Amino acid sequence: MDFSLTEEHLMAQQMVRDFAHNEIYPTIKEWDRKQQLNPIVLPRMAELGILGINIPVRYGGQGFDYLTLALVCEELERVDTPLRVIMSVHMGLNSMSVLQWGTEEQKQRFLVPQAKGEKYAAFGLTEPNAGSDVAAMSSTARREGDVYILNGEKMWISLATKAHHILVFAKTDPHANPPHSGITAFMITDDMKGVTSGDIHDKLGVRAGSTGWVAMQDVEVPVENRIGEEGEGFYIAMAALDNGRYTVGAGAVGLIRACLEDSIKYAHSRETFGKPIAKHQLVQQKIAFMQQWYDASKLLIMKAGWLKNIGQRNTRETSVAKWYATDMSVQAALEAIQIHGAYGFSDEYDVERYLRNGKGAVIYEGTSEIHQLMQAGYALGFREDRPLRCELPAYDPEFWQN
Amino acid sequence: MHVVVLTKSTPDTAAKVSVEGGTVTWKEAMVLNPWDEYAVTEAVLLKEAHKVKATVMTLGKEEHGEALKQGIAIGCDQGIRIWDDGLEGHDSLLYARSVAAAVQKLGDASLVIFGKEFSDTNTDQHVYQVARKLGWTVLGSVAKILEIDFGAGTIKVERLLEQGKQIVTSKLPVVIAVLKDINEPKYPSFIGIRKASKADIPVWGLADLGVDAGSLKTKVTALAEPPKREGEVEMITGDSAAQIAATLADKLLEDKVL
Ligand SMILES: Cc1cc2nc3c(=O)[nH]c(=O)nc-3n(C[C@H](O)[C@H](O)[C@H](O)COP(=O)(O)OP(=O)(O)OC[C@H]3O[C@@H](n4cnc5c(N)ncnc54)[C@H](O)[C@@H]3O)c2cc1C
Repeated sequence: MDFSLTEEHLMAQQMVRDFAHNEIYPTIKEWDRKQQLNPIVLPRMAELGILGINIPVRYGGQGFDYLTLALVCEELERVDTPLRVIMSVHMGLNSMSVLQWGTEEQKQRFLVPQAKGEKYAAFGLTEPNAGSDVAAMSSTARREGDVYILNGEKMWISLATKAHHILVFAKTDPHANPPHSGITAFMITDDMKGVTSGDIHDKLGVRAGSTGWVAMQDVEVPVENRIGEEGEGFYIAMAALDNGRYTVGAGAVGLIRACLEDSIKYAHSRETFGKPIAKHQLVQQKIAFMQQWYDASKLLIMKAGWLKNIGQRNTRETSVAKWYATDMSVQAALEAIQIHGAYGFSDEYDVERYLRNGKGAVIYEGTSEIHQLMQAGYALGFREDRPLRCELPAYDPEFWQN
Repeated sequence: MHVVVLTKSTPDTAAKVSVEGGTVTWKEAMVLNPWDEYAVTEAVLLKEAHKVKATVMTLGKEEHGEALKQGIAIGCDQGIRIWDDGLEGHDSLLYARSVAAAVQKLGDASLVIFGKEFSDTNTDQHVYQVARKLGWTVLGSVAKILEIDFGAGTIKVERLLEQGKQIVTSKLPVVIAVLKDINEPKYPSFIGIRKASKADIPVWGLADLGVDAGSLKTKVTALAEPPKREGEVEMITGDSAAQIAATLADKLLEDKVL
């Protein structure tokens, strides 16, 4: 067993750390208060190649492996959650789905511009009345000759108003039995007639992120934009979540690290009863737990990344990693605020934002309850992964880098 | 046509450096000498704009290879490390003789770029010594390269001096030392990172360079930590800004600060 990272991993990690720290950190509070995505974020991430980090060079990406994606997400969320959310939807949920399920022509048309950062990508699964229960969605897609006519509304969509390409799911067979077998995936573009979008404000967290709605009214989507087969949409969505959840979990590792590092700094500098609070055992216990949560979460995530690299199915491993890391990031944020006392309760320090941002991740990409159901399902033998028509390709340096 | 940028790995400026048993120690990782981020970036910008070759070079043990990799990741074409057991404990003159020989060995170099100084020793005499050994013009405190024509062999720079700005033109080859104002340092690119991680960095020894180490002109005989600075903080309070200012002025006069 080899836990070491390569020089390439370490240099990529350092580069993203420097970018996030130097360029984004100083602006976070301003944009969090404005409730808008800092307009330099997407163009800079595109320019630096972050938006195509683990996509093969031949498809416009940087050709790094899946582990690098986790390292990048950790560094981004160490500084600010909205940065990592971008990777979750643009890369994990959308671009990696095209890599996995798209035809060669679709890879050229969608993946190449996305990996180059010329086009931003989002993922529209959730609807006002269907979140955890995906099969309850009511969006429809009706085939008419060479096009599908899409109708419906997608809600809580990250980058809804920023993305050019949105991978949406709609029912080609609303009466299918079982219901999930009637779902099909489509790539819609923001310039299609009948596509409208808007932002949702006054969220608890990721306020400097963009979350919104996308409405589709009689949108004509060419057949060439259907991803996968008719009725395959549910499997595509679940496979997408295997990758999205991986980025969310990796980001949560970064959030735990943020809580830990800020708490260590504060514990050394704040004094009570004649000594730094770091010398009080109850404060030490909180620090010790944060360290444990960080280490355990990171190991779970890297294991999932390793499985992706070697091309093995990792639905269960990714789910447990995402569940544990995000739950612990909320816990770590609560403890970090506690260590900071009243100062932690104000936005003078960053820890209150960690809590607000962390709370979203135990809801999206499978609520913590859904992950518990999944883990129990596997353990009790109620759930089993069947092979997919298209598996996420294993990382092959030859293919990726040339 | 060839630009050479000199660099080294130095302790992070945030590192806690101390002297233990006569040697300087710190725990933190080494970084590219912060001043050299500008020098390396300038070399890469020149490479891109003028289609010249950019080589990043260092003199030092293996850990300095990290700075070279960083240079390649930012966009330099190749890295060269100068090292030899005979260079152990080298002074800046031996540094200059070795570096000058290496620059000459490249054959077609016409511009050598240094960062303002080495942040670990806070020294810059090596810049001037390298220029002297090469027999080239030296331009320090360069804040901008206004014009450069590798074909015609001319350069025009803006130097930032205490007295103000100075515009200087010179014939190539030159050695320059650049200031922070010269550019916005580049991050490594991912493609550059991959190139760096695969790069084979040659090590040139004294024999390769035809340099005889000889005896050192300067030797470090002892290292010690500077005495800790002692100070006291006093909060001056008062009813009005004017009163606080008056009290402050009195104190400063009393302590002979003013
Ligand atoms: C900031 C943010 C960004 C988002 N971005 C996207 C995006 O880009 N794309 C996208 O498609 N969606 C996105 N979402 C939506 C997100 O994926 C859903 O909110 C999530 O799937 C939960 O669905 P829901 O909100 O409808 O909750 P519900 O499914 O209504 O669940 C409500 C509660 O009931 C619990 N529950 C539900 N079913 C069960 C059960 N069987 N057993 C036990 N408990 C259960 C849940 O755990 C939860 O606590 C985003 C959400 C947020 C907050």
